[in-house]
Amino acid sequence: MSSQQFQGEIRQRAGAAVLDLTGDIDGNAEQALRALYAEATAGGPATVVLNFEAVNYINSTGIALIVGLLAEARKARRAVLAIGLSPHYQEIFQVTRLADFMPMFADEESALAGAASPATTS
Amino acid sequence: MATILTRVRRTGRRADRSDRKAPPEAARPAPVPERSDVPPLDIAPTDPLLAYLQSSPGPVDVEKLPLDSPALEQMRTMGLRLVVPLVAQGELIGLLNLGPRLSEQEYSTDDRKLLENLAAQAAPAVRVAQLVREQEAEARRRERVEHELQVAQLIQQNFLPKTTPDLPGWQVAAYYQPQRAVGGDFYDFIDLPEGHMGLVIGDVTDKGVPAALVMAATRSVLRAAAPRLIAPSEVLARVNDIMCPDMPPNMFVTCLYGVLDPRTGHFRYSNAGHNLPYTRTEDGVVEFRATGLPLGLMADMTYEEKEADLGPGQTMLLSSDGLVEAHSPDGEMFGFPRLRQLMAEHPGGISLLDHLLAELRRFTGPGWDQEDDVTLVTLWRASTLPMSHEEAGAAAQTQGEATAPTDREESRVLADFSLPSVSGNERLAMDRVTEAVADVQIDDSRRERLKTAVSEAAMNAIEHGNKFQAELPVAVMVSVNGRDLSVRITDHGGGRQIPEAETPDLDAKLEGLQTPRGWGLFLIKNMVDEMHVTSDDTHHTVDLVLHLDEAEGGEP
Repeated sequence: MSSQQFQGEIRQRAGAAVLDLTGDIDGNAEQALRALYAEATAGGPATVVLNFEAVNYINSTGIALIVGLLAEARKARRAVLAIGLSPHYQEIFQVTRLADFMPMFADEESALAGAASPATTS
Repeated sequence: MATILTRVRRTGRRADRSDRKAPPEAARPAPVPERSDVPPLDIAPTDPLLAYLQSSPGPVDVEKLPLDSPALEQMRTMGLRLVVPLVAQGELIGLLNLGPRLSEQEYSTDDRKLLENLAAQAAPAVRVAQLVREQEAEARRRERVEHELQVAQLIQQNFLPKTTPDLPGWQVAAYYQPQRAVGGDFYDFIDLPEGHMGLVIGDVTDKGVPAALVMAATRSVLRAAAPRLIAPSEVLARVNDIMCPDMPPNMFVTCLYGVLDPRTGHFRYSNAGHNLPYTRTEDGVVEFRATGLPLGLMADMTYEEKEADLGPGQTMLLSSDGLVEAHSPDGEMFGFPRLRQLMAEHPGGISLLDHLLAELRRFTGPGWDQEDDVTLVTLWRASTLPMSHEEAGAAAQTQGEATAPTDREESRVLADFSLPSVSGNERLAMDRVTEAVADVQIDDSRRERLKTAVSEAAMNAIEHGNKFQAELPVAVMVSVNGRDLSVRITDHGGGRQIPEAETPDLDAKLEGLQTPRGWGLFLIKNMVDEMHVTSDDTHHTVDLVLHLDEAEGGEP
């Protein structure tokens, strides 16, 4: 598996900004991820959904970046939800307790509906 | 009669008449003497005629030329009347020689003009013909050399091992790069009674076919003597006695011969003037010294015999001159001290060979004109990792006893490599480990966990251990036994305190009271079944262990 540069796109959906993330979340993603988050929250959405479906690799530096975003969101009393995580990264989010502060959902609709249908961790 | 001297030698100035052309129209064709009837004409380099002809613009009257010249005298004796210099690009390349006209009249002004024109046109054509002939001769010479090298290559290829031996508990690696198509270096592995292995590395003082033949002969004699005599000193003495009478002048062979007992790591060796083998121990780099003259110099020589023990994890390096005598673009020699230093810094294993070659390439730079053959052989006694601390203690107590490991405990190395300490190479380490464990039966979730652990440990080694110094390698070794899958990652950050894998305080991080970083060691610890961190003065090592439970079945 070769490394893939991080990129992201923003979609606005009823009070929520959905961030479609692509590539690797590691130290190289720092600037792009922060810029993306800043742009997505400029309009003051109540919820941010991070879509990890096209993310293949997250390392400890990437975890630290997500912790940074989460800290910022908490200050702004904004909810952050995660969708599209592979079983392995679901496990990592649970081990690191990130999942306690960033609920994981199976898909975008469940997340937006706030439905309690957390993804299985297989 | 007209004759073209087709060649005036640039050195020696011997001019011979080896071709003839039709005379100018003014000179009637007449029966010409056979080529063998025309004696060669020598013009000495000091003869003043040479300088005169070189600068003469046209035909020269042989009879009238007032020069004290032996060549001119010879021309007169031969009955020549006119000589016309053939000059191409300022160089005298031949002469157009004419005898008397058949009509017995003198050469007219028109005749002379015609001859001058003819010479002007003939000279470049003759020069071209000379060049073509020289090139053809050069091509034939090259073809002969090429053919000779092919023959030598064939000999060489047939006498170098096709594979390295498969010794349980050992990894043997060899590298051979001849300087030209064929060099004088050789190495060999010889099966001996009782499971022992004969190990040979040598260097013949010459190149090409002669060296290849001597190499082939040495190898054959060694192979014949080794199983019969066993003792390395006796083997070398015997080979020397056989080789001496037939050794071509100015040739000899340096050769190290040793006998390894793979079960115990015991190594007996003798040396006929070859580079010393090196190994790295806890006390530093050790040379295996034994004295003896090269093979083929003098009969009735005796060779000192020494012994050594290679412990688990130890690597022995055998090399030829090509490595230590390589030069950098600035003219600096690679040298033994540098080799010792590299051995001291590297944790060993078969990645040592790749590491030394990478260092050699870095030292010589691109476009290196290789000065000599480069031959490297490494023998690495695989450590019995992974072992628990209790097992390690027990092994230490029984070290030296030739106890065969059971199948279940025996460790098999799946990969052993090193990477430069460059950001991003943690992914490469992860990918290569993933590839190495492809055939190990573990479920996907544990495979993913191992990948994350390897990536994190390699990143720590690159960043914290080697501090992004690209020239410092991160060594990675993957091994498996019936019970565990292990990945050992070693960097050069020895002497630092071993950090504890504490659970990060996420609440404090989210409150902004702590840095959001600091997840690496915690992740590693949670991704594998065991993590062991060790450190000495030089190296820092992390062992990652996954238990292969019965359900997974371990190895395929």
